[in-house]
Parts: sequence; structure tokens; C-alpha cells
Amino acid sequence: MVVTTSWYLALGAVLFSLGAVGLLTRRNPLIMFMCVELMLNAVNLTFVSLGAELGDLGGQLSVFFVLVVAAAEVVVGLGIIVAIMRRRQGATADDLSVLGG
Amino acid sequence: MSNPLLANVVTPEVLWWALIPVILLSAGGMLLLTVASVVRRLSDVVPQAWTVVTGLAVLVASVPMWNEVRSGGPRSYLGGMVAVDGSTVLVTAMLAAAVVATALLARPYLAREDLPGVELYVLLMLSAAGGVVMASADDLIVLFLGLEILSIAVYVLAALHLRRIESQEAALKYFVLGAFASAFLLYGMALLYGATGSTRLALIAEHLSSVVLLDDGMLLAGIALLLVGLAFKVAAVPFHAWTPDVYQGAPSPVVAWMAAGVKAAGFAAMVRVLVVALGTHASDWSPAVAVLAGLSVVVGASVAVLQTDVRRMLAYSSIAHAGFLLLGVQAADARGTAAVYAYLVVYTLLATGSFAVLTVMGGPGDSAHSLDDYRGLARRRPALAGAFTILLLGQAGVPFTGGFVAKLGVLAAAVEGRGYWVAGVAMLAAAIAAFVYLRILVAMYLEDGYLEDAGDTGDTGDTGDAEGTGDTGVPLGARVVIGVSCVSVLAIGIVPGPLMDLARDAVPVLVGG
Repeated sequence: MVVTTSWYLALGAVLFSLGAVGLLTRRNPLIMFMCVELMLNAVNLTFVSLGAELGDLGGQLSVFFVLVVAAAEVVVGLGIIVAIMRRRQGATADDLSVLGG
Repeated sequence: MSNPLLANVVTPEVLWWALIPVILLSAGGMLLLTVASVVRRLSDVVPQAWTVVTGLAVLVASVPMWNEVRSGGPRSYLGGMVAVDGSTVLVTAMLAAAVVATALLARPYLAREDLPGVELYVLLMLSAAGGVVMASADDLIVLFLGLEILSIAVYVLAALHLRRIESQEAALKYFVLGAFASAFLLYGMALLYGATGSTRLALIAEHLSSVVLLDDGMLLAGIALLLVGLAFKVAAVPFHAWTPDVYQGAPSPVVAWMAAGVKAAGFAAMVRVLVVALGTHASDWSPAVAVLAGLSVVVGASVAVLQTDVRRMLAYSSIAHAGFLLLGVQAADARGTAAVYAYLVVYTLLATGSFAVLTVMGGPGDSAHSLDDYRGLARRRPALAGAFTILLLGQAGVPFTGGFVAKLGVLAAAVEGRGYWVAGVAMLAAAIAAFVYLRILVAMYLEDGYLEDAGDTGDTGDTGDAEGTGDTGVPLGARVVIGVSCVSVLAIGIVPGPLMDLARDAVPVLVGG
């Protein structure tokens, strides 16, 4: 059995879907962040395998940018989480329901 | 010292004049951050003045840039990664104006809420730099970077009010859904890259116009995911769920920036990717955008009717405005694009003006935003109520305001592009939306303020405090912002010609092969 590019693309799609479903169903903010990371890394896998398929460096190059952005995003996200946790111990996304009308 | 390896390296062409806005905004932001962390006791006037000066400098710089683009034509530089054309310069000027307005609103707000001052200005300038990058991106990855520079700064801005749990809740919601949307956008970009072999917009367009794809599943999936990501960013139904909560929870001056700046940058990116790069496949994405537009105008207008918080009302009305803007996008031609830019200019003015009024009305704690707080406003603060009236009528699209010109433009473009049903739906929704604005107007003019009633019955609880703050004057910065936006909205409504010409010249074109 030969592992072709489409296998990697399929794996990327599965990981992306897992991340998306996880983000929508899990209530712990930290796990939601992990799901975002999973989605972004699924995209990275897709970029790399497509780049290899096309024989183009652009795909691999894009991954560096995505990695940097993902790191910056998590830093900000954790900062927001810490700010909320300071006020409410053990808060989950369901506890955050002050807003609404 | 001549390194033989470097002899063959070709450095890409850099148009420094076209990079001036990004350089000014990012250097301005970082310089302010450095100065503020070194100087112990910095007066709160300094960061505000610095931000206003930077914003004005960008605004001034955009005039020669505009002339240069008009005379020399649009250009692509930095190896085809970044482009400068009419739309870039116009959106840059709009973002700069929004930065100035937000900075003017911010200082009285920060003083009133007793918040530390420098971060807001720094993040504001950095996020504006991201918006400019988005508006000038000629490559999908550059577009993504611009979007993230813009968004990450705004996530923090939303959480800026340290003592309001609502502010932090809004930031978390905005962050989670924003990151979710970014991931979709990025996945769409990856699939588009796979289908066309490049992330550069010019090469994508070239590939799509020259090669007939036999199996275009990957391309269509890429376009769909891209559309989902962009629709999240511009708050189109059904990807709008975050908007009311974030508008309600985030600090009011930040909401002014979100409504004006973030939406302008989002639509600039959307037009660039969909109309410019994927224009040859408009028949694939245009119906989907039309559906988003129809849903946004209807849901935005009708849910706004049910709200009792004025900020949530304006949040839903901003969703309806996004629907109108999508109406111009789905036409997928130069006329529709010009209408989108004209609408964006007017909407930026209306949004900054309206949220400036809300910032003033919010009172200590930024919480007096229920419709009850606006009852009898015309008697208590006639000037503020009058200005808000102009802005609301503008949002409703009443003739002789800029809102009418803008709505007419996108509707005409939609009809021209044979989007009859969606244009009809939009007109119907505009009537529903007018009712929302009318509700606020009725509360301001025809209903007695409950505050006076409470005073008469001798009930001097917290309502007494609210009445006390109702008499404090409008800060100078807010006066300037509200005044300028009202006057320009009226001026555009009476003499729409110059804006129309401007928007026509700003239609983005494909550059760099």
C-alpha cells in the first residue's frame, strides 16, 4: 500500500474536523485553545503535503508564519484566561454568561 | 567583501512611499510602548496626542500616495507580496481616521473608568498597522498575517476594562470565535494553494483564468472555507453570534474601533480575495455571498427590534450593515465594488459617531446603555440627542444623509448584477431596521426621562447618581468626533458626487504577475 499525498490531506481534514468539533463541544477554555491549535496544525500538515505534491517551497514556508501566529495567539488567549480565572476560580465557558439580552 | 553566494541574490523592489502607513503606525506604537515603560510618570495626554498625531500623519501621507497611484497606476512590490492601489490608500485613510477618532474618545473614557492609559493606544496603532497590511496584501499569507496582527491586538483591547467581568467575557468569546474563524480562513487558503499552486493573488487569478480544472473540488472547498472565515470576521449571519456579546462587553471606544476599523479592513480583504483574485469563479461564490447578505440584513434588522440594550441594538444593526456591504460584494463587478467602498466610508463615519455617543452616554462603569437611559435625552442634553438623531437617520438610510447614498449604491449594484431577490429582501429589511432607529428616537424625544420622575418622587438612590452624571459635559474629544461624523454624513448626503468618484477610483485591480 502506497501512502500518497491524499492520505495526508485526509488526515489533515480529520484533524481539522476533530479540532472544530472539540472547540464547539468542550467547555473548558484551555481545551478549547488546544482544539484551535489542533485546527491550525491540521492546516500546517495540509500546507506541507500540498507543497511537497506541487514541488513548491511556498507551502512549507507558510507553515513558519502560521506557527508564529499560533504562538502569539495562544499567549494572548492564556492572558485573557488568567485574567478571568483570577476573578472566578475554575470558570468554564458556561459560567461566562453575564452578557446577553 | 564580495560573497559569491550573494552575487546571485536579487533583492525585491521596495516601494518605501507605499509602506509609510505601516511603518508610521507600527513604529509609532512600539515607540510609545518603549517610552511609556521607561518614563515613570507619563501624563495621560502624551499617549493620546502621540496617537492622534500618528493617525493624522498617516491621513496626510495618504494624499500624495493617492496621487501617486492615480498617476503611476497600481503597483505590486516586495516580490509580489504587497500591492498598492486606490483601495489600499482609501482603506488606509479610513483606518487612520478611525484611529484618530478612537484615540480622541479613549482618554476621557480611561479617565472616567480609572484605567491605566498607554496600552490602549499602543494596541490601537498596532492593530491599525495590521489593517493596512490586510488592505495592501497581494498574497494570501500576507493577508493572514495582517488579519492576525489586527485581530490579536483587538482581542486584548476587548479585555482592557480590568474591573468589568463583561469585558473579559467579551474578550474570551471574541478570541475563541476569532481563532476558530482564522483557522477556517487558513484552511481555505491552504486548499486554494493546493488547487492553484500559489498563494499569490495574481498567480491564483492567472492560473484560474488559463487552466480549466477538471476536478475543482479542492478549489470549491477552499473558496467555501475562505468565505466562512471572512464572514466570521465581518460578522455576517450565520457567523455573527459573537458580535452582540462583544459589542456589549468591550469598552465603548474599542467598540467604535471594531465597528469602523475592523469591518473596513475585513471587507477590503474580502473584496481583494473574492472579486480580484477569484473573479473568474464568481458564479461559484456569488450565490453564497448573496445568501449571506440576505440572511444578514433580515436577521440583523429583525433581532435588533427585540433588544433593550442600545449597544446590542447597534451591534445587530452593524450585522445588517454587513449584509448591505455583502450585497455590493455579491455583484462581483467594478460597480458593486465601488458601492462597497462608498458604503464603507459612510459606515465608518456613522459607526464612529454613534459609538462616540454611546461612549459618552455610558457613564461611570460603562453600563448605562439600556433604552431607559435614553428616555428624555432630548430634554436633558439636546445637542447630544440631536447629533445621535442625525447618525441614526444616517444608519437608517434616510434621504439627504450619507446612509441613503450608500444604500442606494449597493442596491443599484445588486439590481444591475441581476440579484433581484436579494435586493428586494434588503429593501424590506431596511424598513424593519428603520423601526429600530425610530424606537431610539422616540425614547429620546417623546418619552419622559424616568430620571426626572424618580427625582420628583424623592427617590434618591442610584438613579440620583445617574442624573448627576447626566449633566456632566461631553468631553472635547467626543465632541470633535461626533461633530465631524455628523457634518460629513450630512455633507455626503447632500453632495454625494465626490465620494462616488473617490470610490470609483478606489476599485482594486489585479497587479503583479
